[in-house]
Amino acid sequence: MSDASHRLDEPSRLLALLRSIASPGVLNAVPPLLLFLTGFLGPLVLVGLTSFIPARTFGFHGDWTLENYSQLFAEGSSHYIPFLWSFGLAAACVAFLLMICYPIAYGMAKVFGKWASPITLLLVLPLFVSENVRLFGWVIFLMKGGGIFAGIMKTLFGLDPGSMLYTPAVVLFGLCYVYLPFMLFPIVLGVSMIPKDLVESANDLGASRFQMFREIEVPLAMPGLLVGGLLTFILAVGAISETTILGGQNISVVALDIRHEFTYNQNWPGGSAIAMLVTVLTGVLVMTLLNRLNLDRLLGKR
Amino acid sequence: MNKDTKPWVRSLLLAWTIAIVVFMYIPMISVFLASINAPRYFRFPIKKFGMNWYDDTFAASVTGDIHLTSLYVAAVVALVATVLGFFGALAFARFNWRGRSIYQKIILLPIFFPQAVLGLALLQWYTFLGIIPSWETAAFAHMVWIVPIVTLVISIQVFSFDASMEEAAYDLGATRFQVLREVTIPALAPGLFSGALFAFLLSWGNFPLSAFTSGADSTVPEWLYSKMTVAYTPMASAIGSLSVGGSLVILFGAWFMLIFWRRRQA
Repeated sequence: MSDASHRLDEPSRLLALLRSIASPGVLNAVPPLLLFLTGFLGPLVLVGLTSFIPARTFGFHGDWTLENYSQLFAEGSSHYIPFLWSFGLAAACVAFLLMICYPIAYGMAKVFGKWASPITLLLVLPLFVSENVRLFGWVIFLMKGGGIFAGIMKTLFGLDPGSMLYTPAVVLFGLCYVYLPFMLFPIVLGVSMIPKDLVESANDLGASRFQMFREIEVPLAMPGLLVGGLLTFILAVGAISETTILGGQNISVVALDIRHEFTYNQNWPGGSAIAMLVTVLTGVLVMTLLNRLNLDRLLGKR
Repeated sequence: MNKDTKPWVRSLLLAWTIAIVVFMYIPMISVFLASINAPRYFRFPIKKFGMNWYDDTFAASVTGDIHLTSLYVAAVVALVATVLGFFGALAFARFNWRGRSIYQKIILLPIFFPQAVLGLALLQWYTFLGIIPSWETAAFAHMVWIVPIVTLVISIQVFSFDASMEEAAYDLGATRFQVLREVTIPALAPGLFSGALFAFLLSWGNFPLSAFTSGADSTVPEWLYSKMTVAYTPMASAIGSLSVGGSLVILFGAWFMLIFWRRRQA
C-alpha cells in the first residue's frame, strides 16, 4: 500500500487512476454496489459484531466475548439439531432435484424443439405464485380425512391413506416442489452449452450412452449443474414455510432457531452467532464454487 | 425435433416432463377447489359448492389493505430494481473494466444467501439504525435480493447487444444522453421489460424477506402464512386463488403487450 501511495505522487499515474475510476464500467457499477453495501454487507457486519457481545445485551460497549459461540457447542446445547435438519434436507433436496431435472433440461435443450418454449412458460408460471399459496395447496391435497388425495382414494378404491403431513419426508417433498424451477433453468443453460458435434463424434468413436453421459455431457454441462445445485441448496437452507406449513411443529430449521433466539429469548447476540455460522458455511461453499465459473460464457457472451 | 434421438427416448422424456408440469399445478387446483367449497371445513369430494368465501373476502377490509401493501412494495421494487439493474448489467456485461470479474461475483452474493437469514440480519440493521420497519423497509429488503436477479436478466440481453451501434451514434455527433435514450435503451428494452416483470412478480410473492422486515404492515403472503399456521379461515384459499389469478392476468397482459409492441416495431 505504501508503495502505491508513493507512486501516486507522479501526476501521470494520478491521472491514470482517475481515468480508471471514471471509466463507464466503474460508474455503472456504483449504484448496485451502494445497494450491496447498505443492504447486504452492512447488515452482515453488524450481525458479525453483535455475535461477539455478551449474551442478552444490546449495544456495543467494548466487552467482546466468544461466549455465544462456545454456548452453541456446549454440552447439552440443542442448536445442532436445526443445523442438521436444514443442511441435511437441503443436500437431499439438491440430490433429488438433480435426478428429476436433468432429463427435463436435456429434453428442453436438445429434444423438444419448438415445444420447449411453452413448456418453459408452464414451468416458470408457478414461480410467480407465492410459495405459501402453493404449499397450502399441498396441505389441502394431502391432509388426512378430507384431503383431495384421500378423497380420491376413498371414492375410487375404498382406501384410506391416513396422514401424510407433518413428517420430514413431506418437508423434503415441499422443498423439492418449491425449488424445482431454480434447479431446472440453470441446468437447461448448462446442457445447451454441450456442442452437438462433440456428442456425435463420441458416438461415432463407439462410446456407449453412459460413457457419453459421464465423460462428455456432465463435464460440459457442469457450470449449469453447479449454479442450479448451489442456488437450490442455499434457498433450501433458508427455507421456513416448508417446515412450518407442511411439517407442523415437528421439525425446527436454522432460520426458525435464529428467529426464536431473536424474539422469544430476546438474545440477539446468541441468534447472531447462529446466523454467522450459517453465513460462513454457505459463504465458503458459494465462494469456492462461484470462483470456478465463467459467468460470461454461461450467460451467452459472444 | 432432434432426429438423432430415438423415438422411445423422446416419448419417455416428454412423458416425464408432462408429469412434472401437471405435478406443479396440483396445489393451485387444490387451493381453487377449497375456495369454492361452501362449508367452513373442506372435505373432498365437495358436497356443496359456493362462492360465499369470495363474498366474505371482498367484504373484509383487510383484503384491500394487504393487497395495497403488496402492490406498493412490488411497484417500488420493480421500478428501482429495473433502474439499478440496468446500470448493474452495463457494468456486468457491456464494459470491460479492471474489477469486472470480481464485481460479477460480489453482486450475485445476495442471491446465494439464505433469504430468511438475510431478513433477520436486515431487521437487526434497521433496529441498529433506528428505522421502524414498515412496507418501505420490506421493499428495500426485496431490492437487496431482487436487484441482482434483474441485473442477471438484463445482462443476458446486454451480452447480445452490439456495442458498435453506440459508437456509430457517437461518431454521428450524438450526445451521451441521446445515445442512451435513442440507442441503448431501445435495444435493451425487451431485457428491461422482462427484468421489471421478474422484479414485480418475485416481490409480490416473496415471504421470507417480508416476514421479518415489514413491521406492522402485512403483505398478502404474510397474511396467508398467519392464516395457514395460526388462525385458519377458508378466506385464505379465496385470496390464494385470487392471487394466482392476478399473477396470470399480469403475465398474459405483459405477454400481449410484448407481442403488440413487436408488431409495431416490425
